[in-house]
Amino acid sequence: MHAAISIQNISKRYGALQALDNVSLAIKPGEFFGLLGPNGAGKTTLISILAGLVCADQGQAAIMGANVQSDFRQARRMLGVVPQELVFDPFFTVRETLQFQSGYFGIKNNDAWIDEVIANLDLTSKADSNMRSLSGGMKRRVLVAQALVHRPPVIILDEPTAGVDVELRQSLWQFISRLNQDGHTIVLTTHYLEEAEALCQRIAMLKQGKIVALDTTANLLSQYGSAKKDGEGKTDLEDVFVNIMSGNAV
Amino acid sequence: MKNLKILPLEYGSGFPTLLRKEVKRFYKVAFQTVAAPVLTAILYLMIFGHVLEGKEVYGRISYTAFLIPGLVMMSVLQNAFANTSSSLIQSKITGNLVFVLLAPLSHLEFYGAYVLAAVFRGVVVGLGVFLVTAWYALPALEYPLWIVTFVFLGAAILGSLGLIAGIWADKYDQLAAFQNFFIMPATMLSGVFYSIHSLPPTWQAVSHFNPFFYMIDGFRYGFFGVSDISPWNSLAIVACFLILVSAIALRLLQKGYKLRH
Repeated sequence: MHAAISIQNISKRYGALQALDNVSLAIKPGEFFGLLGPNGAGKTTLISILAGLVCADQGQAAIMGANVQSDFRQARRMLGVVPQELVFDPFFTVRETLQFQSGYFGIKNNDAWIDEVIANLDLTSKADSNMRSLSGGMKRRVLVAQALVHRPPVIILDEPTAGVDVELRQSLWQFISRLNQDGHTIVLTTHYLEEAEALCQRIAMLKQGKIVALDTTANLLSQYGSAKKDGEGKTDLEDVFVNIMSGNAV
Repeated sequence: MKNLKILPLEYGSGFPTLLRKEVKRFYKVAFQTVAAPVLTAILYLMIFGHVLEGKEVYGRISYTAFLIPGLVMMSVLQNAFANTSSSLIQSKITGNLVFVLLAPLSHLEFYGAYVLAAVFRGVVVGLGVFLVTAWYALPALEYPLWIVTFVFLGAAILGSLGLIAGIWADKYDQLAAFQNFFIMPATMLSGVFYSIHSLPPTWQAVSHFNPFFYMIDGFRYGFFGVSDISPWNSLAIVACFLILVSAIALRLLQKGYKLRH
């Protein structure tokens, strides 16, 4: 069985900046996987390479066995990406946006599924509103809906809760968890480490374009948690993250 | 919550949807994208038609009748360029181009959808200009097939050029520079308002290096059965130019130049 995401020896350089340095990673189908790291660690570059938005200087990447460059059609059909920025087309309504997105994937008669996604993301009352009139939270939901409209088995969420209020964050995580239970592979980047700790089965940490930690969440907590020096309270992923990033990990 | 399980799907091409979206984009702002250029063309006709009233071109055609095909073609060309270039630069700057780039669309599908939408807008605006200006002086329609051929080729060339400009430009002012310092002069100096036989020999020779001249001259031949050069020569040059700009646009899209980093 193919890995949901396979990354082999990927490197990418922007001028003097080595954004990714020989990164290799495999994510199993059905996993809820966290990709963590400080700003500029290379998370978005890695996601962009998987999505075909950025070309790697070297290495191979595949989605469900389909190479993102040589078999880009199949790879992109298998992948839904929720981008970090709140981008939208100001000409169209929510429903039109989703219908177009579905059509770009060549899917016909997808209205029943679009209605289902709209309902699940509590967008029904806004379905015929222009994208410009939506709040930031609502626009974020539409981005999630756009990533789901072609029913991809692999979904990547690039900081989906950045700038989102608590209520929406919780409802979004419930929805994403449900998708994972239904068989979707989820890859998440976030700066809210408590969310990653609660949701992700496995986590990779990137620092300056390299993977510096890769293990199950439980193992990371037990292995690197002991580096907490005050001995008080329960170790959480934030401690682990700080220890790994500062090089204090034992 | 309803079923969100992964279901098998049958996939077709995303080309028809991208084409429909590009057409719908300009249709949603038709007052700006269709009505405004028609009004501009009427103003040109009223001013030049009045100033040069009584003058004849090719010895038998009133200047107003001569001017109409030129205005129609100029509107077709400028609006075909505007459609691809403005759509692409807006999508790049606002970031929503990512939704097209994430989809399994090939560079051929991308090119075809954007350029055909540009041709469609060019034809709609050109038809609007023709219907309104024909009220002033209905030109003959000697060879409709030539008219259709040059409209399609001309609009496709400018749609492709708009695509190239939209890909290349990072800012609106770069696009405006492309439009104001290349497209606009090439269009204005292509014989929209005059026959090049009325120019001094040097400028006649210079006009032959302007590919827009052949688009307008060939198009005008379809109306009057007379032109500055043979329509077959114009057809050959225009077709070669279309192949050239299409090849450049397709290559840029295939390489992901300024689109996929």
